[in-house]
Amino acid sequence: MALLEIKNLSVGFDTNAGLFMAVQGIDLSVDNREVLAIVGESGSGKSVAMLAVMGLLPKTATVTADSMTFDGHNMLTMTGKQRREIVGRDVAMIFQEPMASLNPCFTVGFQLEEVLRFHMKMDGPTRRKRAIELFKQVGIPSPEERLNSFPHQMSGGQCQRVMIAIAIACNPKLLIADEPTTALDVTIQKQILDLLVSLQVKHGMGLIMITHDMGVVAETADRVIVQYKGRKMEEADVLSLFESPKSPYTRALLSALPENATGDRLSTVADFMKNEAANAGVAP
Amino acid sequence: MTNEVSPPVPLASSQTSGRMARFSEFWFYFSVNKGAVIGFAVLVLLVLIAIFGPLIAPHAPYQQYRDALLTPPSWQVGGKEQFLLGTDAVGRDLLSRLIYGARYSLFIGLIVVTFAMITGVILGVLAGYFRGWVDTLIMRIMDIILAFPPLLLALVLVAILGPGLFNAMIAIALVLQPHFARLTRAAVMSEKNREYVIASKLAGAGHLRLMFKTILPNCLAPLIVQGTLSFSNAILEAAALGFLGMGAQPPTPEWGTMLAEAREFILRAWWVVTFPGLAILITVLAINLVGDGLRDALDPKLKRS
Amino acid sequence: MSEVVLEGRNIVRDYYVGGGLFGKQKTVHAVKGVSFTLEKGKTLAIVGESGCGKSTLGRILTLIDPQTSGELLIDGKPINIAKDRVTAEMRRKVQIIFQNPYGSLNPRQKIGEVLGEPLLLNTNKTAAERRDLAMQMLVKVGLGPEHYNRYPHMFSGGQRQRIAIARALMLSPSLLVLDEPVSALDLSVQAQVLNLLADLQDEFNLTYVFISHDLSVVRYIADEVMVMYYGEVVEYGTREEVFANPQHSYTKTLFAATPKSDVESIRARLAKKKAA
Repeated sequence: MALLEIKNLSVGFDTNAGLFMAVQGIDLSVDNREVLAIVGESGSGKSVAMLAVMGLLPKTATVTADSMTFDGHNMLTMTGKQRREIVGRDVAMIFQEPMASLNPCFTVGFQLEEVLRFHMKMDGPTRRKRAIELFKQVGIPSPEERLNSFPHQMSGGQCQRVMIAIAIACNPKLLIADEPTTALDVTIQKQILDLLVSLQVKHGMGLIMITHDMGVVAETADRVIVQYKGRKMEEADVLSLFESPKSPYTRALLSALPENATGDRLSTVADFMKNEAANAGVAP
Repeated sequence: MTNEVSPPVPLASSQTSGRMARFSEFWFYFSVNKGAVIGFAVLVLLVLIAIFGPLIAPHAPYQQYRDALLTPPSWQVGGKEQFLLGTDAVGRDLLSRLIYGARYSLFIGLIVVTFAMITGVILGVLAGYFRGWVDTLIMRIMDIILAFPPLLLALVLVAILGPGLFNAMIAIALVLQPHFARLTRAAVMSEKNREYVIASKLAGAGHLRLMFKTILPNCLAPLIVQGTLSFSNAILEAAALGFLGMGAQPPTPEWGTMLAEAREFILRAWWVVTFPGLAILITVLAINLVGDGLRDALDPKLKRS
Repeated sequence: MSEVVLEGRNIVRDYYVGGGLFGKQKTVHAVKGVSFTLEKGKTLAIVGESGCGKSTLGRILTLIDPQTSGELLIDGKPINIAKDRVTAEMRRKVQIIFQNPYGSLNPRQKIGEVLGEPLLLNTNKTAAERRDLAMQMLVKVGLGPEHYNRYPHMFSGGQRQRIAIARALMLSPSLLVLDEPVSALDLSVQAQVLNLLADLQDEFNLTYVFISHDLSVVRYIADEVMVMYYGEVVEYGTREEVFANPQHSYTKTLFAATPKSDVESIRARLAKKKAA
C-alpha cells in the first residue's frame, strides 16, 4: 500500500470575489523510498494540495477528498490532536525561505531540540547527542558550536540544512519539500538537492518535491506530476516525462526551457494556451 | 463650518472599474469588523446631526427659559414635554445644546487633525527622506514634545496663548503632531529604497516629486488610521481643556465646557452631566471603532491573502 | 558596427560599514577593479551568486550609485556621478529593469503615468504627445492601449515586467541594464519576456547588460559572458569560449552545479541511484 494516498482532492478558498478553486480533483500517491515531484507554475495549486494534507491551510479554505490516507491512518476523520501528533513526526515539511522558517529569537540548537523533546520525549543529554548527530548528517561543520548559533548568524544554505535536520529529526516516513532551493544559489542548490536525495535513500523515506524548476525535477525525481491551474495535466516517471511528454502542456513547458531553445526565439506556453482555447471552442 | 462632500467627478469607465474594485475590496475587509460598521453608522448619524443641527434642534442653544431651570428629562417626574433631555441651570434646552455641540466637536476634530497631519507629515517626510542631521533635528524636537504629558503641554500652551477654542485647537494639534511625524518617517524610510522609487529617480524625478508624489501616497494607509484615532483624541482633549476652563468659553455649547458648567449640580441634577458625558463617550467610541476597522482594512500586514 | 557603447576601466566600489561612536570602520570591497567593453547591439551577461557584486556593478552602470574609483565611459564619454550631476541627456542613454516586477512599479500610479513620467520630466512633449507615445510603447511590449488607465495591481508578474520594460524604453536609451529580469517569473512567462527582449534588441539595436545567476538563460541570450566571484571577474569572454572551455575553477563549479534536464543525464542519475 502506498504511504500517502489521496483521491479526488479539491481545495477551495473563500474570497471577496467568491469561491476560488485552487485544487480540483487531484489524485496522488507516494510510496516509501520514492521521490515524487509536483511541478507547476505559480497559481497551479501545487503547494496548496500538500498544505491541505498537513492541515496547515487557513480557515477560509474548504478541503474535500474521497479519501486521504497516510500510513494506514484516515486523515479525513482525524482530530486536530491526532493530526498534530503525526505531522512533524511522521510527515515533515521544509519550506522555501529557510531564514523565515526559523525563529530568529532562539538558537538553532534550541529549535532542533524542541522538536526532539516534543515528539521523541528525549531527555537533555540524549537530545544534545542526537542534535549533534543530526547536524553531522546534514553536513554542518563543527556541529557542537553551530548548535549555539542564531539563524541570522548562518547563511541561507546553512539555515536550509538546519531546517532539514529539524525535519528528519524524528525519522519521518514522508518528507515534503516545498521549493526547498528556490531562494538559494545554484551551487548551494546542488548541495541541498544531493543532501535531500541521499537522506531519502538512506532513511528510505518518501519525498515529495514541490517545485517550478524543471532542472530540479530532472535532478531528483523518480515520478512526476505536472499541475496546471489546479488540475493534473500529466503523471509519469521522470524519464518518460522528459523523453516523450504526453500532455501538450508538459511539451510546451519543456520547450520553453532556454536550454531547449531551437533557433532564435523560445517557444512559449502561451502558444499552448492558445491551442487549448481553440480546442475548448471545438470540444465541450 | 461644515463641509459638504463634493460630488464625485465623472470618470472614464476603466478608471471607475478600478476604483470600484478597490473600494469593494476595502469594504470587504472593513465589513468583516462588525464594530467598525456600527461605529461608522453612528459617525454618519453624528455628521448628519451636526450638518442639519439648526433644523433638528427644538430650541436655540442660547435661549434661556427662566421658568424652567434644571427641568429633568421629559420621562421623569416634573419633566416637561418640550425639553426632551431637560434643561440646565440657566434654563437652556440640553438636547439643543448637545446637537449644536456636535458641530463644535466635529469641527475641532477636523481642524486639529488636518493641522496636525499636514505639519506632521511634512516634517516626517523630510526626516525620513533626507535622514542625517535633518532627521536628528526634527525627531529630537518631536521626542521633546512627546516627553511631556499631552494634556499638561496643551495646558501650558493655552496658558501662554490665552484661553479660547481656537488656541486650544492649536495646542492640541501641536501635541498630536509628533505621532504623525514619527509614523510618516517610518513609512517613508521603508518605501524610500523600494525599486519604484529608484526607477522614478532614474526617470529624472527631483526631491520634491519623489517625496510627495512618489513616496507619500504609498504611506497613506497608516496615516489615515492614525488620523481617525487622533480625531477622537482631539475631541477628548478639547473637552478636557473645556472642562478645565481653558478651551471653549461659556456660553459656547461645547461638550467639555457644558460638563464644566454643570459640575456643581452633579448631585442635584444628574442629567446635566450625564448627557454631555455620554455624547463624548459615544462619539469617541464610534470614531475609535472606525479607526480599528480602517486599520484592519488598510494595513497589508493584517490582510490575509 | 563595432561602436563601443559602454566601457569600464578598473571600476571599484567600496562600502564602509560601522564606524559609529564605538567600533572601527570596516571597508567592504563589493566590486574589485572590473574592466570591460561592450559594443552596440550586443549583450553582456554578468553571472554570479548572490553577494558577488553583480548588482552593485549594475547600479554603477545605471548611474544610481557612484564608483569609488575607476572610469566609466558611456558612448565614449567618461562619467562620474560623484563629481558631476547626471544630465538629462546622460539619463536618456541608460535605463534599468529590476528583478522584482512587484516592487518596481508604484502601486498608486496608473500605467499611463508610469510611462509618461520619464517624458514629462525630460522632454517638452505635450500631454497628448506623451499619451500617444505611451500607447505606442504599450503595443510594442505586447500590451494594449486599453491598459493605459489601469493600476499595477491589476497585472500579472509577466505583464508588469513588460510595463517596466516599456518604461525603460520611453526615453529610447541605447543601453539597458537588466538586473535578473526573469528570475521572479514563471518558466512560460520567462520565455515570453526573453523573446520580447530579443525582439526589442533587434528593433532598436539595443545594448544589454544582463545580470543573472541562471546559466541556461545566459547561454541563450548572451554574446559575451563575465563571471564574477566575490567582487572579482574570474572569467570574461565570448559565450562560446566561456561555455565550451571554462578556465577558472569557480566557473567549472558553477557549470557542474547547474541542473541538467537532458534525457541522458536523467538516465545516468537513475542508473546511479539504482546501483547505490
